[in-house]
Amino acid sequence: MIAFCRAQPLGAVSLAVILVMMLGGVFAPWVAPYDPLAIDFAAVLARPSWAHWFGTDGYGRDILSRVIHGARTALVIGFVSSFLGSSVGALLGAASAYFGGKIDDAIQRLVDILLAFPIIVLALVVVAVLGKAVVLWIDANLIVAIAIPIVPKVARVVRAAALSVRAMPYIDAARAGGYSHLRIIFRHMAPNLAAPYLIMLTAYIAQAILLEASLSFLGLGVSEPTPAWGLMLSGNAADFYGEAPWMIIFPGLAISLAVFAFNLAGDALRDWLDPKFKT
Amino acid sequence: MEEGDSSRPLLAVEDLHVAFHTPGGAVRAVAGIDFQVGRGEIVAVVGESGSGKSVTALSIMRLLPRATGRIERGRILYNGHDLLMLDDEAMRALRGRSIAMIFQEPMTSLNPVLTIGFQIMEPLRIHLGHDEAQARARAAELMRLVGIPDAERRLDQYPHQFSGGMRQRVMIAIALAAEPKLLIADEPTTALDVTIQAQILELMRDLARRLNIALVVITHNLGIVARYADRVMVMYAARMAEEGPAEALFHRPRHPYTMGLLRSVPRLDRPRAARLETIEGLPPNLAAVQAGCRFAPRCPARIEACAREPELQPTDVGSRAACWRSAEIAQGKIGRVAAAGAGEGTGASGEVLLDVRGLAKHFDVKLGLGGGRGTVRAVEDVSFSIRAGETLGLVGESGCGKTTVGRLILRLEQPSAGAISFGGVDLGSAAPDVMRALRRKIQVIFQDPYSSLNPRMTVGQIVGEPIEVYGLAADAQARAARVTDLLGQVGLRADMAARYPHQLSGGQRQRVGIARALAFEPSFIVCDEAVSALDVSIQGQIINLLEDLQRRLGLAYLFIAHDLAVVRHIAMRVVVMYLGRVMEVGEREALYREPLHPYTRLLLDAAPTPDPAVERARAPRLITGEPPSPLAPPSGCVFHTRCPVAEPRCREAVPPLVAARGEHQVACVKYQ
Repeated sequence: MIAFCRAQPLGAVSLAVILVMMLGGVFAPWVAPYDPLAIDFAAVLARPSWAHWFGTDGYGRDILSRVIHGARTALVIGFVSSFLGSSVGALLGAASAYFGGKIDDAIQRLVDILLAFPIIVLALVVVAVLGKAVVLWIDANLIVAIAIPIVPKVARVVRAAALSVRAMPYIDAARAGGYSHLRIIFRHMAPNLAAPYLIMLTAYIAQAILLEASLSFLGLGVSEPTPAWGLMLSGNAADFYGEAPWMIIFPGLAISLAVFAFNLAGDALRDWLDPKFKT
Repeated sequence: MEEGDSSRPLLAVEDLHVAFHTPGGAVRAVAGIDFQVGRGEIVAVVGESGSGKSVTALSIMRLLPRATGRIERGRILYNGHDLLMLDDEAMRALRGRSIAMIFQEPMTSLNPVLTIGFQIMEPLRIHLGHDEAQARARAAELMRLVGIPDAERRLDQYPHQFSGGMRQRVMIAIALAAEPKLLIADEPTTALDVTIQAQILELMRDLARRLNIALVVITHNLGIVARYADRVMVMYAARMAEEGPAEALFHRPRHPYTMGLLRSVPRLDRPRAARLETIEGLPPNLAAVQAGCRFAPRCPARIEACAREPELQPTDVGSRAACWRSAEIAQGKIGRVAAAGAGEGTGASGEVLLDVRGLAKHFDVKLGLGGGRGTVRAVEDVSFSIRAGETLGLVGESGCGKTTVGRLILRLEQPSAGAISFGGVDLGSAAPDVMRALRRKIQVIFQDPYSSLNPRMTVGQIVGEPIEVYGLAADAQARAARVTDLLGQVGLRADMAARYPHQLSGGQRQRVGIARALAFEPSFIVCDEAVSALDVSIQGQIINLLEDLQRRLGLAYLFIAHDLAVVRHIAMRVVVMYLGRVMEVGEREALYREPLHPYTRLLLDAAPTPDPAVERARAPRLITGEPPSPLAPPSGCVFHTRCPVAEPRCREAVPPLVAARGEHQVACVKYQ
């Protein structure tokens, strides 16, 4: 841990930011100054002040409290769906490159089909087909719907990297050793694909948060009045941002900070996992 | 600047120091080098990787990486002018115009999206101000000069339409375009086959003599040096060890490193020694060099004085050597400096372990965008067998199919036809569980020690994995003990187990590769160019290690290589392949003493020997032309297009492999 901080100071800071967000989300009811759902018509569209640090929205709800509560939704949906989508994609990509031939063709045509749909349409179809399946307060099918559009993109990128790893003599050595396919893919190829995987994983967390917001906007994702960063950017924020820019500035900053932190943490993790960067 | 005083040397390097600044500290890649190159002289710079020879060349061209490389001290005088004092503009005018450079890799030194003609004409336009027509005429002339037929038409072709040898000729044409006075060639033939290598070297020497160009050839191959150089400079660990006329250096070396280097190369012109002499140990780390003579830690003639750094001193034979004891060497007081080994090779047990019959491998390839398909006949009708405890050498030029044969035996590729049986079991029809058990018995050592080890695994994990997967040790503790034992067997310390591959040197990595193969407890190992990527002094160590292991463990080897001298040293029988087919099979001594097939003869002629007297005495007998494409192999005998004694009947039928003298088999109509 100390070694990581010394080698990757930027990564350590971004991990700390992510940790703070996660803690904030988990302990939101205790951390947040107000109930995120409490409507206060006496303080509609209030400017940031000592009472409301981030101001209030069109219903007089405290934006700081909503941002803190929103971290739950954003982090869970963003991280879980990106992790799910990237992992399945990476596995498909690696398998595609490793086996080659007909298996490669089959997987790549599937990927082509998935890529042909606009992301939002694909997610809509999945949500429509699967319906809702709420686990705790999050819709599990929403996570699947957001993860699926990520799968083909990651599969393409990882396959390209895996093809060059596949051609390395150490993979031939493993095959000549008679190791199982699973062992070769997970033990020998996967660690060498960590760099593209981690970059894609962290980049798609941001995408997932935005996609969740879009779906929520269309009424298929998280719905009002649940506090979610993406949702806070839509709705009546779109009508009032001229007069009350804090309505979009703070949730927007929260998204940017999360995306930035995840990207930097991913880069740091990638370097940290590469033995060449250790002395 | 061109009008130099002809009494002055063309190039003089004085007390050159170059350092690379890396996060790990300063690496002193060149530490005090002095040498001169006269007009029209051919000077060879010899050294192992990391000895500073390429850095010296890049310093002369002022092409060191800007961010990290720095010339700390010294002068580089070209015609009496210090190149290090020139501004960028003046240096650019000089580069390519007066001083040209040829790089090692002909495949990547040409721009793939520009025509050959454009690339040859470029220096003519820039440096000589030729117009289009002038440049084109001169480019065609240059192509003919470097021996490219059909020059006019080929000017409009792209690099991918040229073979490796032809590309290197193009590189030479580009370098010569502006008629430079000094040509620096960094490993110009290392990436090429033996027969092509000889053609390119002859060409470079002839051109240098004819056009009075001074040539600086950087190489690790002592054979090349012997034939072509007037003077030789030997570098070791960023310093000069010895420098002098080629004759003196080869016949009367005055530095223990030069002596060791000359002894550790297997040679075709000498009787085969039971064991290669080697220089033990590794070159020093240039980021932390100790005081004193840099070769001292590996030098068997080390004395107390070696704790102080020796300077280059004139010797009795007109060379200069940086050794405190060069006078004693001259008096013959210090003889053998390489570690001499004892012990004869092994005996094969006589039982056939691996049998290959009628093996063929065809690859279907797409030809361009048109969707046409072709078949590459990589391997065609190859048969041989290997006895337990025996080493079979498999030699041939690149593209002859020797590596594919190895991959077929390892089941990394499926054969298109033919059968491989191992210990009496047919590998093609073996049940999965039988196959899995056999896999363990057939192992492999690859050429490139950099890419054959997983960079994400430690040495201990790499060597321990087979033991774990096949349950060859009772528990984790027994496994760790076995890993330590295996590392010991290949000459590595136990603490290396915790390291990652990038923390090891090339030779150490190759030892890890061998330890991994041994961990499977095999009875047969395919060595695919296992020593080709290693430095001369390390190569000898690895060959000796392979022979020791064979003796101790009774291993059989298929030793795939292009270096005929190395194969003669290690192999008991030799198979010669050309364009996917076997040309000749014979016992080592018989095959090298009296080769039957015309291809084998030419191959042996093309191999350079590190002895200037031998090399200069023999007439250049070169194979002309290049190997045809395996997409469209010639009819009949595949070698007839390059064969000096081909007859019309060679075109008609493929000559079968027949016994010519006892076990000695040859595929040539002359012996049918």
